[in-house]
Amino acid sequence: MSSPTTAKAGLPPEQHEEVSYLNDGHTIASWLLTGDHKRIAMLYLISTTFFFFLGSVAAGLVRFELTSPAGVVLESETYNKVFSSHGVIMVFLFLVVAIPAIFGNFFIPLMIGARDLAFPRLNLASWYMYMTGGILIMIGFIAGGVDTGWTFYTPYSSMYSNTQVSLVLVGVFIGGFSSITTGVNFIATIHKMRAPGMTWFRLPLFVWAMYSTSLLLILGTPVVAITLLLVVFERLFKLPIFSPELGGDPVLFQHLFWFYSHPAVYIMILPAFGIISELIANFSRKRIFGYHFVAFSSIAIAGLGFLVWGHHMFISSQAMYESVVFSLISFLVAVPSAIKIFNWTTTIYKGNVVMAAPMVYAVGFLLIFTVGGLTGLFLGSIGTDVHLTATYFVVAHFHYVMVGGTMLAFLGGLHYWWPKMTGRMYSEGIAIANGILMFVGFNLTFFPQFILGWLGMPRRYHYYYFAPEFQAYHIMSTLGASVLGLGFAMPAFYLTYSLFKGPKAPANPWNAHGLEWETASPPPTTNFLEIPIVLDEVYDFDPASEHEQDMADLEASENKSGDKH
Amino acid sequence: MQFFNFPLSPPSASNFSAEYDVLFYVLLGLTLFFTVIVSLAVLIFIFRYKKGTKVSRSRPIYENLFLELTWTIVPLVLGLIMFYFGTSLYVKMRTPPKDATEIYVIGKQWMWHVEHGNGVRENNTLHVPVGKPVKLTMISQDVLHAFYIPAFRVQEHVVPGRYTQLWFTATKAGEYHLFCNMYCGTQHSEMGGKVVAMEPKEFQEWLANGGQSVAPMTMAQAGAKTFNKVGCNSCHGSEDTLRAPSLYGIFGKRRVFSDGTSAVADDEYMRSSILRPYDHITSGYGQTMPVYEGQLTEEDVLNLTAYIKVLGTPAATVPTSNINRNSGVSAVSGNNNPTSLSTNALQYNTADPDASPTRRIGSPAVGAVAAEGKNR
Repeated sequence: MSSPTTAKAGLPPEQHEEVSYLNDGHTIASWLLTGDHKRIAMLYLISTTFFFFLGSVAAGLVRFELTSPAGVVLESETYNKVFSSHGVIMVFLFLVVAIPAIFGNFFIPLMIGARDLAFPRLNLASWYMYMTGGILIMIGFIAGGVDTGWTFYTPYSSMYSNTQVSLVLVGVFIGGFSSITTGVNFIATIHKMRAPGMTWFRLPLFVWAMYSTSLLLILGTPVVAITLLLVVFERLFKLPIFSPELGGDPVLFQHLFWFYSHPAVYIMILPAFGIISELIANFSRKRIFGYHFVAFSSIAIAGLGFLVWGHHMFISSQAMYESVVFSLISFLVAVPSAIKIFNWTTTIYKGNVVMAAPMVYAVGFLLIFTVGGLTGLFLGSIGTDVHLTATYFVVAHFHYVMVGGTMLAFLGGLHYWWPKMTGRMYSEGIAIANGILMFVGFNLTFFPQFILGWLGMPRRYHYYYFAPEFQAYHIMSTLGASVLGLGFAMPAFYLTYSLFKGPKAPANPWNAHGLEWETASPPPTTNFLEIPIVLDEVYDFDPASEHEQDMADLEASENKSGDKH
Repeated sequence: MQFFNFPLSPPSASNFSAEYDVLFYVLLGLTLFFTVIVSLAVLIFIFRYKKGTKVSRSRPIYENLFLELTWTIVPLVLGLIMFYFGTSLYVKMRTPPKDATEIYVIGKQWMWHVEHGNGVRENNTLHVPVGKPVKLTMISQDVLHAFYIPAFRVQEHVVPGRYTQLWFTATKAGEYHLFCNMYCGTQHSEMGGKVVAMEPKEFQEWLANGGQSVAPMTMAQAGAKTFNKVGCNSCHGSEDTLRAPSLYGIFGKRRVFSDGTSAVADDEYMRSSILRPYDHITSGYGQTMPVYEGQLTEEDVLNLTAYIKVLGTPAATVPTSNINRNSGVSAVSGNNNPTSLSTNALQYNTADPDASPTRRIGSPAVGAVAAEGKNR
């Protein structure tokens, strides 16, 4: 789109082009004490990447260990700690945090035309809470680790495990407050700080997704925070809550835990939906199909997501009719996700598709998330869940949604917004090749796990020498994990390389539509020199006339080459 | 189902598994159908509408209520249908018949302890009759566990402080995996064993024999088995022959040897004559008997001696009815099928309920495990 979409373009005058949030202050203190949402987002990007790396190493160890039915290098005790740290790091320190705290932080103000989030200092405090939690968890791992799995089921976690459960739980508890404050900040910002003309239905769908996520964050996180604290109290002071030896109820923990942790799955996937909506619309160069349906399906997911926690507990001894109700609502919550998939697919129809790197990740997301979502039906239907629950089928389903879904969307978003965040372009060819590599590696890793689960391979098993028939699939999965690991490592190199050697990015390298593309790359500290006034609709593309223009250009060039002969 | 080294489905051996598998495959069909539809649509669209392709983009659509309602209502209706069938199977799984045989299960770190109604107990195995409903009443002594039999498609948590229940009817004799499928600590992955489904008659015998697959034998009976197996009976009969003297009633008698000495046939004499027959050759015989030193265990020798003591009396009847009763079972489960437990290294079938759970120290290679299991 060449025509300006706002009355007052936010592009800075030429002489100020060099002043951006990145070079506005060079001291370490100017980063660590910043109130700038963009700098805080970059702090989050660095710290979550670090934790993601640790979590991936743990995942690699788990996969390596499972190539032989009798283990390779680890003792069972160590193996249990390794898979627990993989889960704890990935869920609490990466997946829940990453997209909201990095892209939400960076782009909500830019997308709605604000100078910052509503509470900049609270925003900085949230990063410090996240880091305090993260460091406590790391200390816990160094001091001996936890062997409870990321779910911390009682009474094992509260009465039996001789590991650093208390320390790690306090870490998760403190980190949880970072989620709550981020949620509060986003909701206040989206309600109160939209630019003139930025009505609710002109909001990019990413903002809608972040809004739904924030609702989940502030309603769910306090529950899990208190629950985990109760586990700590039971461990330390024998406060009788969950252990039947003390008079408590172990299943109560599962209810409280999943009341948060099921919505937490949506906390992890809704932001990904938001990114995918941006990518599909901007690279199909077409307004998203059924904007209202996509927006409200996010809200529907946020609402219904709070009513399905019991589907994690079909065989936990909860009452039969309880399970029936939870199963019914679980089938209902599948519908909004289906709506999104169909709307995205239809958006591409009659678009002008540009297969740039971010779009490659988005297409990978569509294919993988469809499988991930549909395999959820096997687990939502109670009868079929009885055999499959807690097997590798669940592991595969969860990773199809979280790795194939959230991670691909995260990388898609990272490639999409990287020029805006850093002001540099990366090598498009390598990025596209890496996207395809990840798609292959991902499916090779996790598809065999569906079959393993169907055959009855339980998760969290260190040995399976009594069932050697599982080995072939485990080896396939580990091979895939090596490819996938390469796919995760590559961006670290070529994106870092682009920071130093990449060509300078223009304000709008993708010719995308949205307020964030109307300011410089990287943006100035105040985001916009003047607050923009929004006059046009969201995703205001015109694929038909763009296509006519393409055809006219093509004809002109053909005529030109024809003249030569 | 099996494709080269890749098993494609678990064994199907309970009253639930047929219905379960139908549901599973229908869901699988739906999953494939929608995955193919979405993938094809996405791939066709991105290639057909790639920027610059000569395809009309006129009259693009941005909203269409009919389409939106279609893909809201169709998944909803399909979902509700699947919900109905899934729930109906689940309700069956949670409603045990009144006449079910009750068996009790206790889970503890890291073993399963099973108690049958008549007092027979077993660890890390569960013997059940084929064709008769069985109801398990389960409780945990410490943390959460889950009793999971993939071949039966049944699973339920085993919770401290409350009873949970599980029921099924085995439909096919054989040995199947038994897993703990709720993470329970260090040796979680080894908290398992097997479920042995037996024909009802065999199961009744098994129960009556106190949970031993072979009825307990007296030393003399065991000795008789060895006596026949090793082949003592081919030479040592009820009468003296040219090749060998009869052993009937020799215990306690004085024996005269070919070198002119003599000795009373006591335990010591029996042992040396079995293991090293040429130390003292009975007068009138040659060096025809093989040396058994290193061939027989001390236990075998004791049993043989016990048998020889009672030779010729009614106590010397050889038990035959119970021998190798289990071989029929493993034949059914199919030894060529890797999903059978013929490779299962763990033989948990100990009669002592308080035996400590099987522990593995270190992690030997796969091949070593089988040997280790035999020695256990």
